[in-house]
Amino acid sequence: MTNTEVNFLKGQKHLTRRYRAEQRFQWMGRAAIAVSLTFLVFMVSSIFWQGKGALITTKIALTVDLSAEMIDPANIKGASFDKIIKLALRAEFPEATKRKQKKKLYALVSSDAGFQLRDQILENPALLGANQTIWVSASDDVDMLMKGHIDRDKPQSRRRLDDQQISWIDALSVKQVFNTGFFTNGDSREPELAGILSALVGSALSLLICFALSFPIGIMSAIYLEEFAKKGRWSDLIEININNLAAVPSIVFGLLGLSIFLNIFGLPRSSPLVGGMVLSLMTLPTIIIAARASLRAVPPSIREAALGMGASPVQATFHHVAPLALPGFLTGTIVGMAQALGETAPLLMIGMVAFIVDIPGSILEPATALPVQIFLWADSPERAFLEKTSAAIIALLVFLVLMNIIAIILRKKYEIRF
Amino acid sequence: MATKSTTAQSTLNITAGNRSKLAETTVKFAMILCAVVAIAVTIGIVLSLIFEALEFFKKIPLTEFLFSIEWSPQTAIRSDQVAAEGKFGVIPLFTGTLLISAIAMCVATPLGLASAVFLAEYASKRTRDWVKPMLEILAGIPTVVYGFFAALTVAPFIRMTGGSMGLEVSSESALAAGLVMGIMIVPLISSLSDDVINAVPQAMRDASLGLGATHSETIKQVILPAALPGIAGSLLLAASRAIGETMIVVMAAGLAANLTANPLEAVTTITAQIVALLTGDQEFDSAKTLSAFALGLLLFIVTLALNYISLRIVKKYREQYD
Repeated sequence: MTNTEVNFLKGQKHLTRRYRAEQRFQWMGRAAIAVSLTFLVFMVSSIFWQGKGALITTKIALTVDLSAEMIDPANIKGASFDKIIKLALRAEFPEATKRKQKKKLYALVSSDAGFQLRDQILENPALLGANQTIWVSASDDVDMLMKGHIDRDKPQSRRRLDDQQISWIDALSVKQVFNTGFFTNGDSREPELAGILSALVGSALSLLICFALSFPIGIMSAIYLEEFAKKGRWSDLIEININNLAAVPSIVFGLLGLSIFLNIFGLPRSSPLVGGMVLSLMTLPTIIIAARASLRAVPPSIREAALGMGASPVQATFHHVAPLALPGFLTGTIVGMAQALGETAPLLMIGMVAFIVDIPGSILEPATALPVQIFLWADSPERAFLEKTSAAIIALLVFLVLMNIIAIILRKKYEIRF
Repeated sequence: MATKSTTAQSTLNITAGNRSKLAETTVKFAMILCAVVAIAVTIGIVLSLIFEALEFFKKIPLTEFLFSIEWSPQTAIRSDQVAAEGKFGVIPLFTGTLLISAIAMCVATPLGLASAVFLAEYASKRTRDWVKPMLEILAGIPTVVYGFFAALTVAPFIRMTGGSMGLEVSSESALAAGLVMGIMIVPLISSLSDDVINAVPQAMRDASLGLGATHSETIKQVILPAALPGIAGSLLLAASRAIGETMIVVMAAGLAANLTANPLEAVTTITAQIVALLTGDQEFDSAKTLSAFALGLLLFIVTLALNYISLRIVKKYREQYD
């Protein structure tokens, strides 16, 4: 072989190696993206998998004695509905005579069963006067058993329900229905009764406040900075501040809310008003930055034409430039609102972490927010709260997706390209 | 008659003009007021933190706060109780924060950079249009969701895997929180680095390819070095985000203030302690409550410094090529 041939072969080998390195490098990039996206898919699908159970709840049929002896038709509300439920359970299983056994028997139905019975009677008084079969909520343990989360094969001592309770449940007629309570109830210590409505209303009220504050303030500052401010020390200072605020950890805004809004202004603790104010401070930079970008996209010819026709600078801005930039304003605001909806930490600081059963009626009443509700439920030890937490996360994600879709549609539909 | 009406008309116009001038001044004034809100908020943050932190430093000296290695803020309700004096040494919290952030950065840096390089240099426009928004979803998911996933799925998994390898893993390990946080900040690194890589002038690519380098050699030896300052900026920004992250560590990292570098042990962070100190019942003006503001001030200073440095780096780099 000549020297040239040897060199050629060496070069070939070298080249193959380099091409292989090229391939490896490309695959590393693909792998990195795949890892992140797999994590995303795995996380979301595992939460969906865990959460779907919360949409179903278990009901138990009981034959209750609604004779006039038990309930006075003239004074329905005065009757002891809990007692009726207990009697019905004991009539079903007369073998439960000891105190302890009775207690176990009563534990099969939800503590809310008496109220559910009352509501059904108030709705349909014709039930009164005879024995009736009614459906009431089962307790969370029974619900978990029906969903297969309690293993019947485990020894009695390691289950939440013992053999006798399971035999009772098997003897009762039980059905699984759609859990409307999850969307219509407030929080509760009993997992089978806990719902997200109070948290949803709390979130909605906070977002309303947040929008009412951050939209006008954000848009006005964006317009000022982009259209009117002379480039100088002041506008630089404002700009630096806005950029810094966008990067401040959210919990610091919570500390601000705690020491200024609560302790100095004395606004009510835990209220959506304060929650919304704190959230608006966080969304403000997002809105301002998006709105400025949108204003910058409006061509100068629009301004010049308006000014040339004799409009004042304020008229030119508000009649001609701002309307053209409006889709961009709205998109930025919705994205900011979506961030605010998912924010938890600052709300913990201002006490929106309370146990709220009632649906808040005004912005001054104590409330909680959906992500905070998720945080609270995630801490609960009961197995049944696990699926509630996941279901609440699904609800939160659905809202976020909806908001983002609206933002995308707005952008696609109304975006004006100059 | 005609002249009179014109005069009346013009008087009317002048008053209308004055009125609209007044309106314009009002509008302008309102706009300035709104723009100043941003400054007011910053001042509000700084003042409220400094004011409360000063109260705290009246009770606990600054040197003890910064250099003591023990953190147990449980001040006694009665004076005769054991541990009547809380210990307020911030070092274990700081190391815990650094440990978790370091784990997060170890996950996020390779993933984020590799994704950015692939998207900027190799991916077709269609892939880019699909993958970029998908990655952005990771940044849009609320942190409480990551915290829930870290605490209930990742932590038990790590504990189980570690157990089968004979390692003792705490149920609230720094590793679980760090891993999940790392995934969360991937899009932050990838999208910022993507912009930086795209800003490298095409001429540099062409020159390198023209000399016979392969695409990956061009990236490794020309583009990444050229983009390095910008990439460093994006990493610093991501690190500041990791340090300030709250919900993941509150839910997955626990509250035990251990001074350790072992990622399998439980550590706590500055943010997790702020939440622990300020949720639940609290008496105001106690050293325990006030210490949260001192921690907040520390957090604010650290993240602000990181942001400032990263913005400076990015800005300086941009001036080179534009």
